[in-house]
Order: sequence, then C-alpha cells, then structure tokens
Amino acid sequence: MIPSSFTYKRASSAEEACDLAAEYGEDAKYLAGGHSLLPLMKLRLAAPEVIIDLGGLRDLSYLTDQGSHIAIGALTRHHDVEHSDLLARELPLLAHAAGQVGDPQIRHRGTIGGSVAHADPASDLPAVLLALDATLVARGTDGAREIPVGEFFQGLFETVLEPGELLTEIRVPKPAAAGWSFQKFTQRAIDWAIVGVAVQGNQVALVNMGGTPLRAAAVEAALADGASPADAAAHAAEGTSAASDIRATREYREHLARVLVSRALTESASRA
Amino acid sequence: MKVDLTVNGKEITADVEDRMLLVHFLRDVADLTATNVGCDTTSCGACTVLLDGESVKSCTVLAAQASGHEVTTVEGLASDGTMHPVQQAFHEQHGLQCGFCTPGMVMAIVSLLKENPHPNEEQVRTGLEGNLCRCTGYHNIVRAALAASEVSS
Repeated sequence: MIPSSFTYKRASSAEEACDLAAEYGEDAKYLAGGHSLLPLMKLRLAAPEVIIDLGGLRDLSYLTDQGSHIAIGALTRHHDVEHSDLLARELPLLAHAAGQVGDPQIRHRGTIGGSVAHADPASDLPAVLLALDATLVARGTDGAREIPVGEFFQGLFETVLEPGELLTEIRVPKPAAAGWSFQKFTQRAIDWAIVGVAVQGNQVALVNMGGTPLRAAAVEAALADGASPADAAAHAAEGTSAASDIRATREYREHLARVLVSRALTESASRA
Repeated sequence: MKVDLTVNGKEITADVEDRMLLVHFLRDVADLTATNVGCDTTSCGACTVLLDGESVKSCTVLAAQASGHEVTTVEGLASDGTMHPVQQAFHEQHGLQCGFCTPGMVMAIVSLLKENPHPNEEQVRTGLEGNLCRCTGYHNIVRAALAASEVSS
C-alpha cells in the first residue's frame, strides 16, 4: 500500500516547522515518528498534501529534571522514555507504559509528542499523562502556550491544537503518591488496548473507554471517601462512553474497566 | 526528490517519489530483495531493517525520512563469506521453515542483542513481539536468538 502523493518537507528547527505549517495551512501535517500517520496515509484515511518531517529536530528529544517536574521533549521516542534512568526513578508509571507501546521496532520510531497529538483514545500514553496531570507546551507562529492535559483532548483524534501549532514539550509533575500501576488488556501482543488503566496514587485514567482518554472520576471520588480498591473499582464504567467494535462490545469494555481498575488499584497500593 | 542513503555501507543516491517507502527503496532501487513486505501494516515485522543501528519496520518509514541515515539489511550482515552469529544460529537451530519472516526476525534479533546482549528466554519472546512467523516456528527462532547471545558473549 502506497500513500497518495504528497510533497515532503524536512524541518530543521521548530521555528521552521511552524513557518512551513503556516505556509501550507490545513493541507500540511507534521510527521514525527510516523507510526500513527503513515499507516493512516497508506490506508488513504489521511491524505495530506504536504508532510513536514520533524525527525531532524534532535533538540526536541530530551528528558530533564526540573525540580518539581520532569520536562520531556515532544520528539522523545518511546524507546528513550522506556529506558530512561531518570523516569525509572521519578515517573516509573510513564517509563513502564512507554515500554508497553506497540513493539520494539515501533518504540524505536514513535514519539511521545506524536502519540499525544494524534489523540487516539486507544493509545496508552495519553491516558498515562492524564493520570499524571501533565501540562503540554505548544508553539505556534505567535509564541508558546501551556495546556493542561485535561483540556487537551476534544474527541476522537481531536485536540485543542490550532492548525500549525506544534507540541514541543510535556511537563509531568513529580507524583505526590508513590503507588502506580498500568494495566492493558489486548488480544494479541502488539494490539492497541481493548481497555487500559493508568493509576498514580488515587488518580485513575482509562484507555479506550470513550472518544478521549478519561479520568475515572467516580473511582477517584470513592477512593477519596475511603473505599477499598475493589469497592472503588465497581464505579470504573461510570461516566464512560466506550464504543462497541470488532474487538469488544461496550458491555465487555465496561466489565474490563472494572476488573482492570481493581487490579491496578491493588497493584498500586502494593507499591505505595 | 533526491535521497541519499547509506545501505550496508554503500552510499546510494536516487531520485524517488516523495511518498516512496523505505522497503520499496531497498527492494526496487537498491535491488536488495531479502527484506520482505508482509502485512504492510506495521504488524508482522517481515520488513524489519536497522536504521542507524536500531530495528525499524521499513514499510512504515519513508525513504525520505531515511535520507542521510544508515540502513542495514540482512544482506549486509555476513562479512567475507562468514555468516553473522545470528544467521549461523538460525542455521544450526533450524530457526526457519518457509523463510519469509527470517530476514526480519534476524534483524530484530541483531537489534535486540545489541541492546541486551544476554537476554533470557522471556526477554527474547517479548523482544520479538513485533515479528510474526507464519509457520509458527517460534521455539527454534527463540533458541537461535539465545544461541547467538551465547556466541557473542
């Protein structure tokens, strides 16, 4: 399968990328690792006329300790997140979850910023960043702005990024509570999660239980009221809008959410 | 557009379509046909090659993205007629049946052993989760990876 024709542009800086995006407008798409966009283009579900390759922006690949938070360059690959000593120490949930994305080949190419900007509710890292209360930094031709991750996802593959705006950094506060867990249920090794759960302390986020990654607000409220993991997990499907598709019915996803939240809260408590 | 790749140590410059995939560049331009197109959906791993020393699925990389970078295919592993330890291990452990997945499996294992020279069996199996064998010959493939890791120790 071959994508429809496009013009390839390689950006050599974030500034040049934004300028190119402004020049070509809605006809252009940014390409980071390409492991979400290229498959869609090969299936002709996406057909941008211009591709702006961000692969040369090495200065947007970094993991740094900023004291109260960890700063992650948007072009940091899953492989580098997975194997970071800094994250193993400070954000083990994120390092572990990055190691569950796709397979080793995919993790050698795919980037954290690409995964977040793509906004697939079945992706692992958007929900993980939601559980971690991350802040996203985006840059446009008018300068940079910070976006709380809870306000970032608007719907299936939709975010608040304006056309041409470029996600440059992800800031993750160091968690107050140490316990964490990531649970992902798939039928085959490299599939997207049918349902996934990310837990950090009493913060719980769900993968693939609606058009966007979701915080399991009812579970968090129950935990705040002192509920046990099992009792809190019974609320996991409340406020969700899971789809029925070829892999699972909505009812099955709701069942999985309750089971996986229970497992995640139990595992998280054992690490606290 | 003009692309300039180093493939198996040899520089190849060509004028290709912007949308050309790396796997098609390797097969049709560089004339290196060991790298197979399997699922063509980033799932099966038959098209795995090394890009700057790390395994990637070449059906999901543009030739343009690889321009200026180094690519290694299974044709580039043997030196002076001597098979690479991973190739030799596949031979000795009967790590292939029909052979279709083999070039991708070998390249995935070369990359895996570079990152983790002494994996245990479980690490090999998880490390190969992106490569499918349509003959289901996984046991001997895993044995080959483990044998190769012992040779390189």
